[in-house]
Amino acid sequence: MSGVNDFAFKMATVNGTGSASANGLLMQAIFRMGIPVSGKNIFPSNIQGLPTWYEIRVNRDGYMARPEQIDLVVALNTGTYERDVAAVRAGGYLVYDSSWPLDRSLIRDDVQYLGVPFGQLCVENFEGDRPRTLLRNIVYTGTLAALFDIDMDVVGEMLREKFSKKKALLDANFRAIQLGHDYAMKHFDCPLPIRLERMDATRDSIVIDGNTAAALGCVFAGATVGAWYPITPSTSLMEAYRTFGERYRRDPDSGQRRYAMIQAEDELAAAGMVIGAGWAGARAFTSTAGPGISLMEEFIGLAYYGEVPCVFFDVQRTGPSTGMPTRTQQGDLMAIAYASHGDTKHIALYPCSPAECFTMARDAFDLAERYQTPVFVVSDLDIGMNDWMVPRFSWDDAYVPDRGKVLSAADLENVKKFARYTDVDGDGIPYRTLPGVGPKGAYFTRGSGHDKNAAYTEDSDAYLELVDRIARKIQGAASAVPAPEVFRQEGASVGLVALGGTHGALREALDLLRAQGIGADYMRIRGFPFAAEVADFLNEHEFVFVVEQNRDAQLRAMLAIETGVPRDHMIPVLDYGGLPLTAGRVVGAVTAHLEGAAV
Amino acid sequence: MTSIVKPPVKHPSLPRNALGLTRRDYEGAMSTLCAGCGHDSITAAIVQAFWELDVPPHRAAKMSGIGCSSKTTAYFMKQSHGFNGVHGRMPALTTGANAANRDLVYIGISGDGDSLSIGLGQFVHAIRRNVNMLYVLENNGVYGLTKGQFSASADIGSTSKKGDENEFPPIDPVLLALSLGATFVARGFSGDKAQLVPMLKAGLLHNGFGFIDIISPCVSFNDHVGSTKSYRYTREHYQELAPVDFVPLRKEITAPAEAGAGDAMSVAMHDGSVVRFRKTPEDYNPRDRDVAYRHLRDHQRRGEIPTGLIYINERSQDLHTLNKTVARPLVELPYEELCPGNAALQELMEEYR
Repeated sequence: MSGVNDFAFKMATVNGTGSASANGLLMQAIFRMGIPVSGKNIFPSNIQGLPTWYEIRVNRDGYMARPEQIDLVVALNTGTYERDVAAVRAGGYLVYDSSWPLDRSLIRDDVQYLGVPFGQLCVENFEGDRPRTLLRNIVYTGTLAALFDIDMDVVGEMLREKFSKKKALLDANFRAIQLGHDYAMKHFDCPLPIRLERMDATRDSIVIDGNTAAALGCVFAGATVGAWYPITPSTSLMEAYRTFGERYRRDPDSGQRRYAMIQAEDELAAAGMVIGAGWAGARAFTSTAGPGISLMEEFIGLAYYGEVPCVFFDVQRTGPSTGMPTRTQQGDLMAIAYASHGDTKHIALYPCSPAECFTMARDAFDLAERYQTPVFVVSDLDIGMNDWMVPRFSWDDAYVPDRGKVLSAADLENVKKFARYTDVDGDGIPYRTLPGVGPKGAYFTRGSGHDKNAAYTEDSDAYLELVDRIARKIQGAASAVPAPEVFRQEGASVGLVALGGTHGALREALDLLRAQGIGADYMRIRGFPFAAEVADFLNEHEFVFVVEQNRDAQLRAMLAIETGVPRDHMIPVLDYGGLPLTAGRVVGAVTAHLEGAAV
Repeated sequence: MTSIVKPPVKHPSLPRNALGLTRRDYEGAMSTLCAGCGHDSITAAIVQAFWELDVPPHRAAKMSGIGCSSKTTAYFMKQSHGFNGVHGRMPALTTGANAANRDLVYIGISGDGDSLSIGLGQFVHAIRRNVNMLYVLENNGVYGLTKGQFSASADIGSTSKKGDENEFPPIDPVLLALSLGATFVARGFSGDKAQLVPMLKAGLLHNGFGFIDIISPCVSFNDHVGSTKSYRYTREHYQELAPVDFVPLRKEITAPAEAGAGDAMSVAMHDGSVVRFRKTPEDYNPRDRDVAYRHLRDHQRRGEIPTGLIYINERSQDLHTLNKTVARPLVELPYEELCPGNAALQELMEEYR
């Protein structure tokens, strides 16, 4: 199956040794050769010394999901040799450091061994432990360039961009690349059958991670207050917001900031700050992961019931508790949909890629202000932290933020008496005022029972009127959240349903199933509360497969709760080991079920 | 949070401030706290302070958490926006609101349960960030709404209404604030409005976190013999360590000159107003944290409750100064000044290729 512009390889290294930048370099070089490429970083929750892997998939047809099999492994971590050797497909390759002999037990006769004395080359050519360790990564990059026929001009250009201001580093890196390249050319039959050929399929694309894209979306949407508590895998979102803030939001003359970013003492405080800022009229957001969402829940209920706009990014990781903080999952779907105590239901958006992290950041602020409520952008570690090839972003300069129903001082002039929680327009959305607007606009925000005038009450009827209106308001958002994306095929017999970052695997699975004679429709849900089309799709099919990355089939449960479609109409396809989904997993589950076997 | 609307009756002869407003214009709903509650006296002092400062009510924001103290934001300034949040989290709400709109006058009302137990972390970090707000801790040593449990400010040996003795050492918010680097630290007593009003005014004008711990007896659950937070105990033990007068700039233009450098007994505020210390021990200096700390400890060892404006740093820099935020409130920046636009985006996209 594998061949030119269609293969996968992975680097097995020790974290903290500088392999990440070399792996990024490899991926970017392939991208610049015009060939579709994706990278998955499988890393430990650790600073230095534990095993880490980086998988790169090259695919001329643009399939970007995690690869089913690995054609070549660069094994540089003796601690994981055994499993890395085992990871190579039959007929594949193992690149290893031949400075030391390979233990006999690691030899497989269906794998080709390519020994390069990386360590020895570095000792002979570079001074100092740290430079030798770092440059070893560049040496293997050079070796892979020779094996895969990566354009050395492209690699050279990238090194020059990266080290343009550091001549000594530039020279050392060039030398390291050349060492690895030359050794491979001399000792192996380069290039291998799995190799690259220039294409022109990435011209309109970029390579970016979802957290960076989301932060960029926040800056472009006009968010001015960000509060957060560091937590993997969401941290890089706020760090990117800081980077873009420094670049785009510093007053050119005074250097003063047009944004405020606060590192809170915990997630409770982060949520409170964002709610306080939203109440005062700013577009405010926080980024967190499952444990943070748990801590924020009391405040989320307050914002829901007090009707305060605010945006939460949840970059999901494997839970519960600290769980596996550097592994991906879709485990917070339900926790977010109904977050907090009492009767609550929240607007949630489910991006499938960094491109949607960018656009949905904007959508989230618009929805939060229009509906005066918390809005969640539910991403995950795979989307948030991995580099994805996506279409280049653009921004509509005619975009005007939807600030919702906010009464200005002038508006208040024409209002006889301002009543904060009255359903004036029949859509469940009341009018609000911002602090400072004027004496006539003042009201009291509270989590305690309140009536239409925002006055305290313990009266049942007043309470019912309020919570029922809020329920109506949130249900109204079903038609305003991004509609589901539906892919139909002629003569499809089954339906697949999924959301979020599994999209690539689903698209690939559809093609693989079709090749087996199984036609399937596919719906990717993009928002909650579910749009009417969601129930329609479920009902149109005799049964559907609901593919999701958690143990308890949370999406299926939500579909059952919200649409009334019986659970046995929806076959769960669950993948929750912490790694990005592969197409094969979906194909296997669907075919097994269709053949009558247990899923 | 019950509240009863007061009849809007105005007496024509009521005195008016520079805005032409009477004290009634700074009042709120009728208090539903117990008759004689210390908190109501504090509310009255707050009304007086805002009125005297000529703060337009709608330019103030009243923030609170949960508890008897936190209910009181409904009892003053009905023309201000108010936010009664969740227990112990008022500082976060205020920090966020202040980040968004730095031009409002923020007053946060909290209690000893709200600040020293469930909200201790938030209290501490608001001090660290020097959020520009007045933080009033209405301290009665007891949980009132849940009927009489000890709070974290209850003294060792103080007894509950039922007769139980508190065995755990108290958290002293004034010592805590001082040691955390707070820039304005004061203590008052709800029964001494004359001392309270100037301190509240100074705290409101302080450029940063103005902290006032106010002993405020709970008549229902902590005003008995054996309690160290009762009216009687507080009256018998409180000592004026550093009581102040407050002199607004415009009323005494010569004040800044009077408050010469090195004159510890007059301190010029951020806006040029002056806080004048009425009587302090000779070796006292409210600008010296170590001296303030030593005096506090000396009084406490003698079983006294020292009150007054205990420490002030007139060069205090608030969160926005430290963040270098633009002077204009973030909420007022037009969207065009916030969005870099598509041309900038396309330039940026080249860096992701």
